Amino acid sequence: MKKAYLTALPYAVYACIFIVAPLILIVVYSFTSSGGEFTLEHFQRFFNFDNPAYMLVLWRSVRTAFVSTVICLLIGYPMAYILSKISARLRSILAFLFVLPMWMNFLLRTYAWMTLLEKTGIINTLLGAMGLPALNIMYTEWAVVLGNVYNFLPFMILPIYTSLTKMDQSLIEAAQDLGANRRGVFFKVTFPLSLPGVISGISMTFMPAVTTFIISRLLGGGQNALIGDIIENQFKVVGDWGFGSALSVILMVLILLSMNIMRRYEAENAEGGVLL
Amino acid sequence: MKKQRIGTWSVIYSALIFAFLYAPIVVLIIFSFNESKSRGSWGGFSLKWYESLFRNSDIMDALYTTLSVAFIASLVAVVIGTAAAIGIYYSRKRFKSLMTNITYLPMLNPDIVTGISLLILFLFLGINLGYTSLLLAHITFDIPYVILSVMPKLNQLDKNLYEAALDLGATPLEAFFKVILPEISPGVFTGFILAFTMSIDDFVISFFTTGPGTSTLSVTIYSMARKGIKPEINALSTIMFVVILILLVVVNIRSAKDVKKDSHRGGGSFL
Amino acid sequence: MSKDLIRLESIEMSFGDKKVLNNINLLVKDKEFVTLLGPSGCGKTTTLRIIGGFETPISGSVYFDGKKINSVPAYKRRVNTVFQRYALFTHLNVYDNIAFGLRIRKMNEKQIEQNIKDMLSLVNLSGYENRAVSSLSGGEQQRIAIARALVNHPQVLLLDEPLGALDLKLRKEMQVELKKMQQSLGITFIYVTHDQEEALTMSDTIVVMNKGNIQQVGSPIDIYNEPSNAFVADFIGESNIISGIMREDFHVDFAGRHFECVDKGFEKDEDIDVVIRPEDLKIVPPDKAQMSGVVESSVFKGVHYEMVVEANGFKWLIHSTLSEAPGDTVGLYIAPFDIHIMHREAAE
Repeated sequence: MKKAYLTALPYAVYACIFIVAPLILIVVYSFTSSGGEFTLEHFQRFFNFDNPAYMLVLWRSVRTAFVSTVICLLIGYPMAYILSKISARLRSILAFLFVLPMWMNFLLRTYAWMTLLEKTGIINTLLGAMGLPALNIMYTEWAVVLGNVYNFLPFMILPIYTSLTKMDQSLIEAAQDLGANRRGVFFKVTFPLSLPGVISGISMTFMPAVTTFIISRLLGGGQNALIGDIIENQFKVVGDWGFGSALSVILMVLILLSMNIMRRYEAENAEGGVLL
Repeated sequence: MKKQRIGTWSVIYSALIFAFLYAPIVVLIIFSFNESKSRGSWGGFSLKWYESLFRNSDIMDALYTTLSVAFIASLVAVVIGTAAAIGIYYSRKRFKSLMTNITYLPMLNPDIVTGISLLILFLFLGINLGYTSLLLAHITFDIPYVILSVMPKLNQLDKNLYEAALDLGATPLEAFFKVILPEISPGVFTGFILAFTMSIDDFVISFFTTGPGTSTLSVTIYSMARKGIKPEINALSTIMFVVILILLVVVNIRSAKDVKKDSHRGGGSFL
Repeated sequence: MSKDLIRLESIEMSFGDKKVLNNINLLVKDKEFVTLLGPSGCGKTTTLRIIGGFETPISGSVYFDGKKINSVPAYKRRVNTVFQRYALFTHLNVYDNIAFGLRIRKMNEKQIEQNIKDMLSLVNLSGYENRAVSSLSGGEQQRIAIARALVNHPQVLLLDEPLGALDLKLRKEMQVELKKMQQSLGITFIYVTHDQEEALTMSDTIVVMNKGNIQQVGSPIDIYNEPSNAFVADFIGESNIISGIMREDFHVDFAGRHFECVDKGFEKDEDIDVVIRPEDLKIVPPDKAQMSGVVESSVFKGVHYEMVVEANGFKWLIHSTLSEAPGDTVGLYIAPFDIHIMHREAAE
C-alpha cells in the first residue's frame, strides 16, 4: 500500500491550518505593534524591571504551581504506592475510581470547591456547629493551591501508580535476596525505579497549574491573578493582542524549557516514561 | 511472590484521599436536590432546581449547542482522523514521525495556548466567532484523540491482511471497506466516543473560540459561576457528571477488552 | 507434456539502495511443486511476492501462461497466496473467511456453500464453518488459510513459509498433506522455505537462492547428490567441502592424495571444490583405507553417530551407525561415485 499515506493528507492540510499556523501567528503577533510594525515593546513591557508587575505575576504563578505540585507529590506518592500493593483484580477498579475525577470536567470540580469553601458553605457550617471559627480561605492564594491540588492529584497518582505496577518485581526480590530490609528496598530500588512516573506526574501537574486561569479566577478572585488570568484578560477584555501573544509566547517557552529539563532527567533514568 | 497485606493506616489514608477527591462532587450532587437555596443547610428534597434548569432557555440553548457541536465534531474527526491514522501507519519514517508530533501538539499544549492560537487564527482569517469557529476548534482537538484510538488497532493488524484481501480478488477499495475498516472498527468507535467526551468536557478552548449568541454548557456555567453560586448550576453539574461518568465507563470497558489482547499495557485501563 | 505456466525473465529488484534480486530467470511448469529455498534475505519471498503481484520488479518480465502480467494487479491474477501468519480475517468466522473470494466474484450462495463444504473436508476440518478464527489452533488456522486460498481454484498456489509457526510433528504431518493435496488437485504449488529438509521432502523441483541470485535449479536428488557449488553443497544436508585440483577426467587430487571419481568435463588441473557427504565416508580396516586419522569426537544422534576424524590435514565429518572411540586411529575410504566435483566459486 504505497500510496496509502495520501489518506493522511486531508489531516496534514487541516493540521497546518489549525495547529501549526495559529502557533506561528501567536509568535508573529507577539512581535507586532498595534500599528502593524515589528516591535519588541510587548516583551519589554513584560521584562520591565522598573515596573515588574507582570514578572511578579509570572513568578506568583510559578510559585503557586510549584507549591501545588510538591503537595500533590507528597500526598500522591504514598497513595500510588498503596494502590500498587493491592491485588491485581481489585487494583484496576480502584485505580479507575481514583483517576476518574481526572476526566471529569475541570470547571465543575473547581466549582464544587467553591460551594464548600465559601463563607456560608458547608465546611463553615460544620465548623460552626462544632463551635470552631469559620475558615476564610476563599479568594486567597491558598484557595488556589487547594484547587490545584484537588484538580491535579489524580494526574500525579496515575503515572506513579503505572510506573510502580510495571516495575520488574524480580529487582525487588534481588534486593531482598542481597539483604535489604523494607526501608532499604524502597529507597534504593522502588523509588528510583518509579522516578519516570514521578517525572510524568510532575509535568502533568506543574504545567497545567502554571497556565490555569479557571482555578485562580473562581477561587482566587481578582486579587490573585495568575499569568493565565492576565493572558485571558488581554484577549477578552483589554483587546491588546500583541501583549497577550507575547505573554503566551513567554509561557510557551517556559513550558518548553521545563519539559526539556524533565525529558533530560527522564532520559538519564533509562526506563521509558509513562505519559498516556 | 508474597503480597503484602494492606495495613490499617493505608486503608485510612486511602479513605481520606478518596473522600477528598469525591466529597466536593458528592456535596454538589446532594445540594442539587436541596429545597433551600442555601449552601450550608439542608431544606428538604426537591427537584425544583432541575425544573428551573429545563425552563432556562439560555441553558437549553447551550445544551443543544454542546451536544450538536460534540456530535458533528466527533463525526468529522472520526472521518479525517481514521484516514489520517491509516495514512500515517503506511507512510515512511520521516513523514510518520512528523505527523505523529503534529498530532500530539494540541494534546501537550496547555488548553489556553490552543484556545488563544485558534482565536487569533479565526480573527486573522476573518471568520466571525460563533458556531462555526466553535465547531472548527472542536474538530481540531478531537482528531488527535481519534488517531490515538485507531493507531493501536492498526498496529495490531496482521501485516498481510490487506494483501490477503487483494489476493482473494478484492480491489484496493473493496479491501479497505471489507477488511481493514471492520478490523479497526473497535478503535474507530472508541475514538468517536472519546472525541465526543472531550468535546462535551471542554471549557477553555470553547471559551476562547465561541462568540456572542453561541455558548456551550461549560462556558455558560462559567459565566454563571463568576457571578456567584446558583443552585441551577448544581443541578446542571450533576447531570454533566453523570453523563460523562457513563461515557467514561463505556470507553474504559471497551479499552479493557482490547487491553487483554495487547500485552504491552500493564496495570489496568486505558486511563 | 506439461507446459510452462510461469516464466520470470531477467527480474531485478531493489528496495531503496538495497539490491534484492539479481537477474532472476525461472521457469515453473504446470502441476509442479516448486520450492524456493535459501537463507533469510536471499530473495525467495520477494520472488514469490513478485509472482503474486504484491511487488513490482525494477526491471524484467513476468509471464503467466504466455502472457506478460507485469502490469496486472494482484487482485486480478489467477494465483492465490497462503501467508506466513495466515492473515485470516478475525472479524469473520471460518465460513465467511473461505467465502470471501467467492463472494467477490459474485458466486451464488448455494454454490458457495457446497464449495466450502468440499474444501473443509479436503483440509480435514469438516464442521468448522461457524467457528471463530480466534478459537482455532495454529495448525487449524493454517489449514483454513489454505482452504480460503484453494476454494478459488487458482492455477497456482503461492505459499510463504506457511509451516514455520508449527511444532515439529505437526510440521512433518502438514508437509505430507500439502504434497498429497497438490498432487490430487493437480495444480502448481510454489513454496518458500529456509528449511532444506522440508524442500527435499515435498518438491518436484528446488530452486536454491542466495543473496538475490539463483544458485541451482534441480530435483531434490540432483541437488543433494550433485550440488553445483559450495553454497548449495553446504546449505543442503551436511557435507565435507575440501579444495582440490582436477587433474583430468575421472581423476582428482585432494587431501594430499589422488582419488578416482566419476566426474568429467573440467579443465586440466582446474582448481575445484570437492563435496563428500558424511554418510559416504566409510570407516574401514587400515589395509582397505585411502586415508587414516584420529577420531576427535563421537556424538550419538539417535539415527547415527556423528564423528569428526582428523585425517590428511582435514577434519572429516562422518555419519555412521557404528561408533569409534575418541583417540582411536581409523581408516577412511570414499567410493569414486561418492566424490562430487564442483567448480570453484569466485570469492564474493
